[in-house]
Amino acid sequence: MTGFMDLVRRDIRLAMRQGSGIYWTLMFFLLTITLFPLGVGPEQAILGRIATGVVWVAALLAAMLSLDRLFQADYEDGSLELLALAPVPMEIIVLAKCTAHWITTGLPLAIAAPFMGMMLNMDPAGFLILTGTMLLGTPVLSLIGGIGAALTVGVRRGGVLLSLLVLPLYVPTLIFGVIAVDEGVNGLGAQPHIMLLSAMLLGAIALAPWASAAALRLNME
Amino acid sequence: MATYFEMGGYAWFVWPAYAFSAAIMVGLVVTSLTALRRDRKILDALEAANPRRAMRREAAAAATANSEEATSDA
Amino acid sequence: MRVSGAFLPWLAAITAALLAWGLYDGLLVAPPDYQQGETVRIMYVHVPSAYLSMMIFGTMAFASAVALIWRHPVADIAAKASAPIGAGMTAAALATGMLWGQPMWGTFWVWDARLTSMLLLFFIYLGYMALWAAIDDPERAGKAAAILALVGSVNLPIIHFSVEWWNTLHQGPSVLVSGGSTIEGPFLRPMFIMIGAYTVFYFTVLIWRMHQEIIARRIRSLRLLQAQG
Repeated sequence: MTGFMDLVRRDIRLAMRQGSGIYWTLMFFLLTITLFPLGVGPEQAILGRIATGVVWVAALLAAMLSLDRLFQADYEDGSLELLALAPVPMEIIVLAKCTAHWITTGLPLAIAAPFMGMMLNMDPAGFLILTGTMLLGTPVLSLIGGIGAALTVGVRRGGVLLSLLVLPLYVPTLIFGVIAVDEGVNGLGAQPHIMLLSAMLLGAIALAPWASAAALRLNME
Repeated sequence: MATYFEMGGYAWFVWPAYAFSAAIMVGLVVTSLTALRRDRKILDALEAANPRRAMRREAAAAATANSEEATSDA
Repeated sequence: MRVSGAFLPWLAAITAALLAWGLYDGLLVAPPDYQQGETVRIMYVHVPSAYLSMMIFGTMAFASAVALIWRHPVADIAAKASAPIGAGMTAAALATGMLWGQPMWGTFWVWDARLTSMLLLFFIYLGYMALWAAIDDPERAGKAAAILALVGSVNLPIIHFSVEWWNTLHQGPSVLVSGGSTIEGPFLRPMFIMIGAYTVFYFTVLIWRMHQEIIARRIRSLRLLQAQG
């Protein structure tokens, strides 16, 4: 457990030190959100209707932005091999790195989401559910993204490939995240969708690290 | 005959659907067979260019298990 | 390979014969549907490709599991050789579906649950092929692709379920009346012949592609030997 926490702390520190981490993710989030009214038009009614989806899509893209760095740096400087030699199983290492990735991307995105919603004339009744579903959904993004990152870790310029691999797998998270907010605002109850999101999170925690660890192992052979 | 090809006014949907399916299938056949023929030629050339026995023995010893096993099992 | 080599001409001949029979039955014998008119004939190429697109992914997932668990190299090769056929079939299913949709629903594309998950399946095929292409060493590429195929096969039902869920909540009443149970005999027969034809077609092309892949790997190992001197 201490190994896990140490690794999480180390990765967060690294992301912070590069200065870029959280800042760029949020910047990208805001920029994509800004493009939508410019593309769709400034009508408040339309913006309010698409706000949830736009915020979710933008968050999804922003969370993907830093994915290719998840294992790449450690792979290149050899610290991944050192980690593999550690007594901690690879699955735990992956879980730790995904946790750190989530803390530096998903968490700030979830906190920033309602503010983006405000800019898009989103119904304030949905703000809390939006943050809540994002807190549940973005870890799934980090975990599934980890599989893609692990598969492409040895590939030169794997960024585009990574997004091709990962985006189709993100669809269920996006769908349940958006529907939960919409149904919550409509008064139909967000609960079933939140349960489904939670189930997906548990499933991802249980399964994704296996796949990522297997992919990392084969890429280090 | 002409009325048949009109497909009850839906000619522009029915025939393109068949044409597209045919194109995909023909494309798959053509690319698979040309690649097969090309690689077979390369392999023949490689094997001909090298003293055959020695090459084979070395290949059997050093080649990755996959190509060897694959040929015997398939 | 010797065995499959002896089979091949027969498989190709069966494919051609079944295709000819299916086309004859579907285009000439089968009557137009009383509701859909002649467009019902699109079904005879649409349904088989849609069926194959899913069947091939299932085969790939199974082969990938075999490759990962028993490390059997032929399974690896079978999965790799299947992917382009599956992608082609998915593209055909999407295109013929669009051409069927325009006269039936009045639009080429509806964000219907089936169409949408088919589109996502197409992306997964492309990603799978791109991953194979991106990693040079066939052994590593094979393992990575196998992991991806298994992850995809776990995810596909979830994707399909989520898209259906999304669809029922978002879509108005505009969407298709499912043909499933209402198809009658004269329409059913050509469809099953075509499904059979497509299936044999898949195995024929699959064997060609596997053969080519085996040769390509032998070339690779011979070249490596040469390079080592």
